[in-house]
Amino acid sequence: MAGGRERVLRRRITSVQKTKKITRAMELIAATRVMKAQQRARSSAPYSRQITQVIENLAAAGTEVDHPLLRKAEKVERVGVVLITSDRGLAGPYNSSIIRAAERQVQNARAEGADYALIIIGKKGRDYFRFRNYRIDSFTEGISDNPTYEDAKAVADTVAQLFESGEIDRVELVYTEFISIGSQKVVVRRFLPLESTEVMAEEGHGEAGAVASFEFEPSSEAVLEALLPRYVEARLFGALLESAASEHASRQRAMKAATDNAEEMIVKLSREMNQARQDAITTEIMEIVGGAEALGSGDDDKTDTPVPVGVQN
Amino acid sequence: MTFQVELVSPEGIAYSGEAEMVIARTVGGGEIAFQPGHVPFIGVLAVWSVDVVHPDGGRDTLAVHRGFVQVAGTKVTILSDMSEASGEIDVDRARAAREVAEAALAADKDDAAAAEALARADVRLTVANAEA
Repeated sequence: MAGGRERVLRRRITSVQKTKKITRAMELIAATRVMKAQQRARSSAPYSRQITQVIENLAAAGTEVDHPLLRKAEKVERVGVVLITSDRGLAGPYNSSIIRAAERQVQNARAEGADYALIIIGKKGRDYFRFRNYRIDSFTEGISDNPTYEDAKAVADTVAQLFESGEIDRVELVYTEFISIGSQKVVVRRFLPLESTEVMAEEGHGEAGAVASFEFEPSSEAVLEALLPRYVEARLFGALLESAASEHASRQRAMKAATDNAEEMIVKLSREMNQARQDAITTEIMEIVGGAEALGSGDDDKTDTPVPVGVQN
Repeated sequence: MTFQVELVSPEGIAYSGEAEMVIARTVGGGEIAFQPGHVPFIGVLAVWSVDVVHPDGGRDTLAVHRGFVQVAGTKVTILSDMSEASGEIDVDRARAAREVAEAALAADKDDAAAAEALARADVRLTVANAEA
C-alpha cells in the first residue's frame, strides 16, 4: 500500500518529538542545577581561602611539623587514584574523560612498578573499572550530584587513613575543574602527601600576604596539626563541588545538542513524510486517472470505434 | 570600637556581625576574650561555645564543635566545619545524643568518640539554653 511509508515516518516523527521533550526538560533541569552548584562552589570559597590564609600565616612563622599527612615515601609502592565521576549518564564526555585520565594514572603507576588503589566516587566510574576487573578499594555513590561537606569528609577520611597507615604512598585526585559554563577541564592534582606549608601558601590565593606576627595557641605546631586534616577535607570538598557544577554543565550541553539534533531530525523526517504523502497522492491520482481512462476508453471502444482508413471503402 | 565577626563554614558564611567582644575557648589555653586591637592571634578552638557580644550589649552564642579562630586587625574569623547558631540547634536531638553518649561512656570509660559526642551535646544544650 502506498500509505505504509508515510505511516512509518509519522511514527518516527512522534517518537523523536517525545525524545526531544525529554532532552529539553533535562537540559532545563541541568541549567538550574549548574546555577545552584556554581552558587555552592562560590559560597565554599571563603572557607578554603581562610584555611589557606592561616597556612600562609603559619608558613610565615616558619612552622614545620612532622605530620603523617606530609610523609614523603622514599619509594612509592602503591599509588592511590581518587576519581570523581557522576552517578548518572547522559552528560556527554564528562565521565569518559575523567575515566580515561584516571586509567592513565593507574598505567603510570604500573609503569613505575607501583601498585594502584582506586578510590571512586560515582557509579559511572565504578561500572567502568569493575567491568574491566580493576580492584576498587573504596566506592561512594549518591554524593557527586550535590555533595555536602560531610560526604567530602567521609571520603577524605578514608583516603587519609589509607595514606597514614602506609597502604598508599601517594594520592592523585582526578576531577573536572569548572572554568565556566562553556568550559570544563579534567585535571589531575597531587592530593597527598601535602606539600610543605610554604608551597601550600604559595599555591593559595596569596591574599594580601601574611599579616605581622601571630600568636598561636596552643602552639603553631599544634595549630598546623589540627589544620592539615581540615585542609585535606576542604580540598576534596572543593573538587567535589567543581565536579558537580561541571557535571551539570556537561549534561546541559549534551542535552542541548540532543534537542537540536532532534529538531533537525524532525524537519528532515517531516520533509520525507510530506514527499512520501505527495508520492502516494500522485500515485493514487494516477491510478484513478488510469482507472477512469481504462473504463472510459472501454466505453469509447463501443461508441465510436475508429474505423481503420482504407477498410471503409 | 567594634570589629567584624565571621563564622565561616565550608558551606558558606554561616554568621557575620559586629561585635565589641568575642569570647571563645581554645585548646589548652582556656577561655579567651578578644576585643578590638587584639594582637594577631590564631588558636585551635575547644568544643565549646563562642559568645559574640554586640555593641548594644546583646550577645549571640554559637556552638562551635571544632575549628579555629583567627584574629587579625579589625576582623575575627572563626573557621569551623561543625558549628551551629543557637537557633539551629535541635534540643531534643541533642538531649537524645547526650543520653546515648552517656550510656556508651558508662559501658566503656575510654570511648573517645562517645566522650566527644557528650561534649558536643553539652555545648549544644548550653548554647540553646543561653538563648532561652
